[in-house]
Amino acid sequence: MSHRTFTHLDALESEAIHIMREVAAECTNPALLFSGGKDSIVLLRLAEKAFRPGRFPFPLLHIDTEHNFPEVIEFRNHRAKELGERLIVRSMEDSIKQGRVVLRSENQSRNPFQSITLLDAIAELRLDACIGGARRDEEKARAKERIFSFRDEFGQWDPKNQRPELWSLYNTRTHPGENIRVFPISNWTELDVWEYIEREQLEVPSIYFAHWREVIPRDSGLLPVSHLVQPREGERIEKMMVRFRTVGDMSCTCPVISQAKNVNEIIVETAMTRITERGATRMDDQTSEASMELRKKEGYF
Amino acid sequence: MSEVKNVRLDRAELLRFITAGSVDDGKSTLIGRLLHDSKSIFEDQLSSIARSSNRRGMQSVDLSLLTDGLQAEREQGITIDVAYRYFATPKRKFIIADTPGHEQYTRNMVTGASTANLAIILIDARKGVLTQSRRHAYLASLVGIPHLVVAINKMDLVGYSREVYERIRNDFASFAQGLRLSNIEYVPMSALNGDMVVERGDKLTWYEGTTLMDLLENIDIEHDVNTDDFRFPVQWVCRPQTEELHDFRGYMGRIESGSIRVGDEVAILPSGLSSRIKEILLYKHSFEDAFSPQSVTLTIEDHLDISRGDMLVKAAGQPQIKKEFAAMLCWLSEQPLDSRRKYIVKHTTRMIKGMVSQIDYRVDVNTLDHETTDSLKINDIARVVMKVQQPIVLDDYAHNRATGSFIVIDETSNNTVAAGMIC
Repeated sequence: MSHRTFTHLDALESEAIHIMREVAAECTNPALLFSGGKDSIVLLRLAEKAFRPGRFPFPLLHIDTEHNFPEVIEFRNHRAKELGERLIVRSMEDSIKQGRVVLRSENQSRNPFQSITLLDAIAELRLDACIGGARRDEEKARAKERIFSFRDEFGQWDPKNQRPELWSLYNTRTHPGENIRVFPISNWTELDVWEYIEREQLEVPSIYFAHWREVIPRDSGLLPVSHLVQPREGERIEKMMVRFRTVGDMSCTCPVISQAKNVNEIIVETAMTRITERGATRMDDQTSEASMELRKKEGYF
Repeated sequence: MSEVKNVRLDRAELLRFITAGSVDDGKSTLIGRLLHDSKSIFEDQLSSIARSSNRRGMQSVDLSLLTDGLQAEREQGITIDVAYRYFATPKRKFIIADTPGHEQYTRNMVTGASTANLAIILIDARKGVLTQSRRHAYLASLVGIPHLVVAINKMDLVGYSREVYERIRNDFASFAQGLRLSNIEYVPMSALNGDMVVERGDKLTWYEGTTLMDLLENIDIEHDVNTDDFRFPVQWVCRPQTEELHDFRGYMGRIESGSIRVGDEVAILPSGLSSRIKEILLYKHSFEDAFSPQSVTLTIEDHLDISRGDMLVKAAGQPQIKKEFAAMLCWLSEQPLDSRRKYIVKHTTRMIKGMVSQIDYRVDVNTLDHETTDSLKINDIARVVMKVQQPIVLDDYAHNRATGSFIVIDETSNNTVAAGMIC
């Protein structure tokens, strides 16, 4: 018996690799959701560990709101190319043109509508499983979700009727039209993700690190100035040293004030931070106590 | 920056535990206390529950609200099966499987317990060992949780009495003897006031043992898994068939128990063919040896026909190969067992058809009496005989959780309807 230490990161990594291999073996047509964000960056390394020297047994899929930060899209393309894996992009712009998504205003947050484009892509590509980077520590609706989360033919999640999940014997079975969302890093926290990024020396988009940016203080957060977000009457643009903890829709993803210029400094900040990741950075999750739960029931990641 | 070093977890271990008890035993308060005192509660969560406490007319912040869940639950005042919570100390990272105490208790506790290293059984000091405490202890022994902590809570309501604590401790110990439970620890506490949870407090001066947090941080979990018998169910066969890797065949999977070293002789089951380990790989690394629960890629010296569902084992300490076996079965579905029907059995990385060919008895989880029955409904636990279409490679659950467990899936609904432990 070896006396090499087996840390919590080793345990989480091994669990996630096991989950990915189960998906590959038992699902007919899976895809891995890759947004260019830190959680899906971790998924890609886990997929490399699970399947190299072979190729990934699934394509990468990005549901693009076209409200993404340009740095993140650039990173997404570069990383997919570097890995030599197939990247499929389905854009919300198409759903809008087809009349599947109707926005009240051009600059409205597109996060809630991602579900529609995602469900369309699932139907079009006949996917029976989507691997995603959601974590249970993000939000209380997630805390109750299975690692293999079953969705009915309308793409909906029924929290009261989930399959029991025992040991690591995952039930991957679906009928045609149904699908499963699989979350290999369910048991990771934000801190685990950053520690893993550090350990594996993974590259992340530059906006995760502290940089000077023009922001507008609004409600309890800071909104980044862009073509989508301009000051309202009585608001002022300020220049601050900030970083993003999540990278989503530019119109509702708020940066936090930070001096962290590298992964090590982010880990230190994360370990000492006193506000949850979603609480600090997503305006759309603060609208009601149950917003994430409602979005999930409608088919959101 | 020595303070910063403290919060980093580079070398921490992972411990998974379950809390058993009802809301009335102070389970939510205990979890809230662990999260709060280990500084795992974020400000926005705390201010959100402070607002709720206020709205409900409470004087101080109700920590039990931290584990409050979904809108559907808040509206109906119920809790939906298992919720997972996370906290960490510099020594360990913890995953709590928080299961509700009332309805569907058996189903939920068995689910949460299946991956746990440890169970905390909560007992209300005013009430002592109740039927439900016995039920929790039985389920913990059934699922083979390696460590048990009996938390005798609400000590503040019995005047922190040493006599009360000792009486409950003795009651529980004499009951547990019959269940072959070992490794039981007892802690008197007040989750409400925080005594003996993370801090010792100043009320339980007569108690010489450690706090709950001390136990959670220090209990030895390294020896929980079977370290003797190498078991490697093949999940996926990697055949890149590229020019430079033309003949590469990697067998990918997780070492479920034991360890392996380059050069070791292995048998491939159920065929019984044998070969030697050539390489142990993961991504860009290659290792001399590997151990449970590592996920790795193995290559062997010979070209053999190996596929998903096969198992690599060492020559010594081999598992059994059977088409018919006895098991304790826990029925999880609203839809009762139909003993005429064929179901799907998932065992390690194999999915095959199977059926319950005989029900020996059902266990009354309150009295532990055996009853005869010809059907099983939700929350029933029974000793059965299972028959499967092809032989499977198995161990007794008591010797090996990974190769001794299986789930039963209804072919029509695709629901997971039962969990089984081979005996």
